[in-house]
Amino acid sequence: MTAIAPGTVPKSSPRGSAARARMLRGLLPALSLALVLIAIAWLNPRAISYFGFNLMLNLAIPIALATIAQMFVIAGNELDLSIGTFVGFVGCVTATWLRDATLIGIVVLIGSIGVYALLGALIHLRNLPSIVVTLGMSFVWQGLAILVLPKPGGKAPDWLLAIMSFKPPYIPFPILAALLIAAVVHFGLMRTSYGVILRGSGGNAAALRRAGWSLLRTKVALFALTGLFGVLSGMALIGITTSADANIGNGYTLLSIAGVILGGGEFVGGRVSPIGAVLGALTLALAASPLLTFMHIPPDWQVAANGAILIIVLAARVLISRRER
Amino acid sequence: MKKLLVLSAFAAMLASGTALADTSGKKIAFSNNYAGNSWRQAMLDSYGIVTKKAVDDKIVGAADVFTTADKEVPTQAAQVQNLILQGYDAIVINAASPDALNGAIKQACDAGITVVSFDGTVTEPCAYRVVVDFKDMGKQEVEQMAKFQPKGGNLLEIRGLAGTSIDDAIHAGILEGVAAHPEFKIVGSVTGDWDQTTAQKAVATILPSLPDVVGIVDQGGDGYGAAQAFAAAGKPRPTIIMGNRQDELKWWKEQKEKDGYKTWSASIAPGVSTLAFWVAQQVLDGRKDIPHDLLVPYLAFTQDDFEAALPNIKEGGVATHEYTQEDAIAAIKANIKQ
Repeated sequence: MTAIAPGTVPKSSPRGSAARARMLRGLLPALSLALVLIAIAWLNPRAISYFGFNLMLNLAIPIALATIAQMFVIAGNELDLSIGTFVGFVGCVTATWLRDATLIGIVVLIGSIGVYALLGALIHLRNLPSIVVTLGMSFVWQGLAILVLPKPGGKAPDWLLAIMSFKPPYIPFPILAALLIAAVVHFGLMRTSYGVILRGSGGNAAALRRAGWSLLRTKVALFALTGLFGVLSGMALIGITTSADANIGNGYTLLSIAGVILGGGEFVGGRVSPIGAVLGALTLALAASPLLTFMHIPPDWQVAANGAILIIVLAARVLISRRER
Repeated sequence: MKKLLVLSAFAAMLASGTALADTSGKKIAFSNNYAGNSWRQAMLDSYGIVTKKAVDDKIVGAADVFTTADKEVPTQAAQVQNLILQGYDAIVINAASPDALNGAIKQACDAGITVVSFDGTVTEPCAYRVVVDFKDMGKQEVEQMAKFQPKGGNLLEIRGLAGTSIDDAIHAGILEGVAAHPEFKIVGSVTGDWDQTTAQKAVATILPSLPDVVGIVDQGGDGYGAAQAFAAAGKPRPTIIMGNRQDELKWWKEQKEKDGYKTWSASIAPGVSTLAFWVAQQVLDGRKDIPHDLLVPYLAFTQDDFEAALPNIKEGGVATHEYTQEDAIAAIKANIKQ
């Protein structure tokens, strides 16, 4: 890896090598996405078209949004195990109140973001492990979702359906949406000064405290952002499926964590990448479903193959980040 | 002479035009959301047997099975979208949710794909639904119970997976049955999730608080667990309606040999997947008169015939029935008449 450079410099400086490894880490999500796309193109050329991308990727938008939501919590050195059921709850509210009584729906959704912010405050003030608090909350959200929508059903508001089935010229909507999400969050978290503070609160909380920043405020901000993107994820999901089910988002908890890690984030806090997270979510969405469907694996092995693909993709990520150390 | 030839050729063309379309090149996919219990395994087995023969006989071109890794709705919606991209002509589906897949189902219909749902059916109007009359099954449970317990008494109800349409329908049927037979009273209700262990735990928990129970009305997959709970508590054995599972029928046989225990067993045959397959084939065949909602009978066993079926059921499996093309045509005909 560190090739001996000619001339007087015996080795490339450790800093340069770290930078190269970091670049590799940054490129990995894009590389794995490209790899999965090439495999799909090879297995089913028909999928690589405007129509195909629309179908394959539209369900990746809510996953990408949930992944971004999870990324904010992970940036603050915490973990959110309730994001999946929260997305389901938002979905149920979207398919019922937001359509029938728009004002109540909006109030409930904003209120749920407030609950997330309060959770952040609770976790910080009482110094509770976020895993325990959010695991508990996951049952609360699930219960509320069943209360709102005891039987699967409801219908997405028309304006939401219109947005999610929007067909822009040339570029499929899911790709456009992914670009937009990645750009907005990248700018906010990586390019603004408060974004640096937010990431710093997870990466080096002691330093931030000494510098006089309120860690309570950063934690509340991170959790509120998670709530906000969770709400967006739930709404996007219902815009695609057209109707809701209390269990609709349950799988998103683990998908979102895997998406963040695949996208170059780490559990230690502060080290996250919004662009990577979006790419990671797209890769997961593609690897888990279209790739698997196109491979014609016998039914008995499909479930295991899905897991194997996840492990392979994540293992490649771990190999590269180990090189960085 | 030449004119006659042309005419006869034309006539032959017309005749072939009215004949049904050829389905030997058609591809049918099966989208399944869960494979983790005995019923679903039997469903996949039956489907595999029937479709393999159909492909070998060149009735259809391909019949592939796709199972999602989790029970999640979005995963299955994505799967349906991928099947559209794969260019299948029809999709047979056991859906994770009656409503939440409608977006994907509509996309499939718009792409000209025939969608036939069964067991977990979908509400999207463009799809076909092969529905078992669960409500009648629930009602029939009480009717049968009235035969075994003519004096009436207290009943315990075991419910299935909460929030599903199947649980709703069977429960509604049971309530209807009890309304028609006022000598019965439901004194307790537990959730058994169609699973023996869950049912056993649930029944054991509620048992101490219950008055004497003469019968149990349930949804299948829970009868054996209920029997175990009663035995463990040392309570007298009530009349437990069975659900065609191997362990349930085996227990029934043991009890019958011991003291002539009587009951009744009913459930949806997992092989209904094959009926859905044939319905899809019939639609691809060009039949336009098929109703979108097809009601098919459930599979029931009585005191006289359950023992004959028992040896054919795999250990831990469930009684099934593999449908033929003729069965499907007959079922369609029966539904057109209604």
